[in-house]
Amino acid sequence: MRYTYYPGCTAESTAYEFGRSTEAACEALDIELIELDDWNCCGATSAHSMSLQLNYELSARTVGLGQESRLDMAVACPGCYQRVLNSDHRLRTDEEFRREMEKVLDFQYNGQGKIRHLLDILTNDISLDTVREKTIKPLKGLKPVVYYGCVLVRPPALTGWDDPEHPVLMDGVLKALGAEIMPWSHKVDCCGASLALNRSDIVKTLSNQLVDDALEAGGNCLVTICGMCHINLDTRQKKQNLPIFYLTELMGLAFGSPVKEVEKWMKKHVIDGRPLLRSLGLL
Amino acid sequence: METMTATIPTSVPIAITDPAFAQKVQARSHEPLMRCYYCQKCSVGCPTSFAMDYQPAQVLKMVQLGQKEALLKSSAIWLCIGCETCGTRCPNDIRINNVMDVLKEMALEEGVAPAEKTVYALHRSFLNSIKIFGRLHELSMLAEYMLRVPQKLPQEIGLGVTLILKGKVLKFWSAIKGRDQIRELFRRAGL
Repeated sequence: MRYTYYPGCTAESTAYEFGRSTEAACEALDIELIELDDWNCCGATSAHSMSLQLNYELSARTVGLGQESRLDMAVACPGCYQRVLNSDHRLRTDEEFRREMEKVLDFQYNGQGKIRHLLDILTNDISLDTVREKTIKPLKGLKPVVYYGCVLVRPPALTGWDDPEHPVLMDGVLKALGAEIMPWSHKVDCCGASLALNRSDIVKTLSNQLVDDALEAGGNCLVTICGMCHINLDTRQKKQNLPIFYLTELMGLAFGSPVKEVEKWMKKHVIDGRPLLRSLGLL
Repeated sequence: METMTATIPTSVPIAITDPAFAQKVQARSHEPLMRCYYCQKCSVGCPTSFAMDYQPAQVLKMVQLGQKEALLKSSAIWLCIGCETCGTRCPNDIRINNVMDVLKEMALEEGVAPAEKTVYALHRSFLNSIKIFGRLHELSMLAEYMLRVPQKLPQEIGLGVTLILKGKVLKFWSAIKGRDQIRELFRRAGL
């Protein structure tokens, strides 16, 4: 399967290990990711907080970069995904906006490729059977709570591929990898997101609540697929020491990525998850 | 375990001060905010409401009542992080996060000092980085943010140092080729 790929800024910096493990996991599943040439930032929370217009237009450029290929665009970061999805929807439905963007940014919108999140692709294009078949190191003994974060499945009118209050697709992927999912009620509760640096008091309260709830649910780790969630949950714990993994890191591990490579990703975490994986014989 | 206690203000002024305000906000946000019948699902679900001066349902009510000044000066509009819990649960399909964004825009246009200075400082620094590079360059963003709110340095520098030590913010980027296009988009938005 081929897709254009929008990595987003954090895949090269604060979520470096998310970027690298996403590429490794996709390679193992024969998903070909063609990185968009000269892509720009989606503007994240800051753009839509300061100017809705800038927010729509920054992502219109991203959509434009993928038009010629007519392929679906794969996005792993939930923040980028939501911003680009919103802009693509507007290009599809607001003719005046589309004409203006085509003129200013010099592209032709054909709307052939859709904006897709990796989880949607994994489940609906690749299938969990394939994920199961490719798993050579089942994640036996790993008991994650599965954390989707707030924006990944929202707004439901645009995403549509999972339940906005009780999503299940990531649970499915982790089960296919051999993990034992710990049920909990906080899959889409927000971690404090972009308040990470500027109102860290709020982030500490929200993130520690999630970590405490994860432990109460019997989880020995928490799995996320968002760079923002990862930073907040990994760096703001009081002393609970709950390992926070990216789904894609665990996919890489289960699909047989070299141990050296997996270590390279995981040593980027503040809370070291490697002792847990070693104790389970997975690393 | 830390418990979150919501402090719900009881004194929302109820006089209608700017009758055209609700129409303006509705037109700009494209959200049907007059449908709100105050079920308060948004306030109950909002993760940051415990830190806000007005709860999301109160914000909608205040828009309906034209309480422009109080809203543009409020912390609530800056503490909304756009998680979309409110919009997802609203029985009247009002995406309140879009209303919050419009109120922030109005506050900036009218020169109202943001109630949450650090939140504003981060947004500014974030966008300036994109304006220069086309992508987020975290080190320059952090540097500008610290210059804008130096009083936050002792509290927040820890996370920055941690991330630098983990090799997470040092990747250097040159600007993207299409940065003229990015600048044009900023110019169009008046930023």
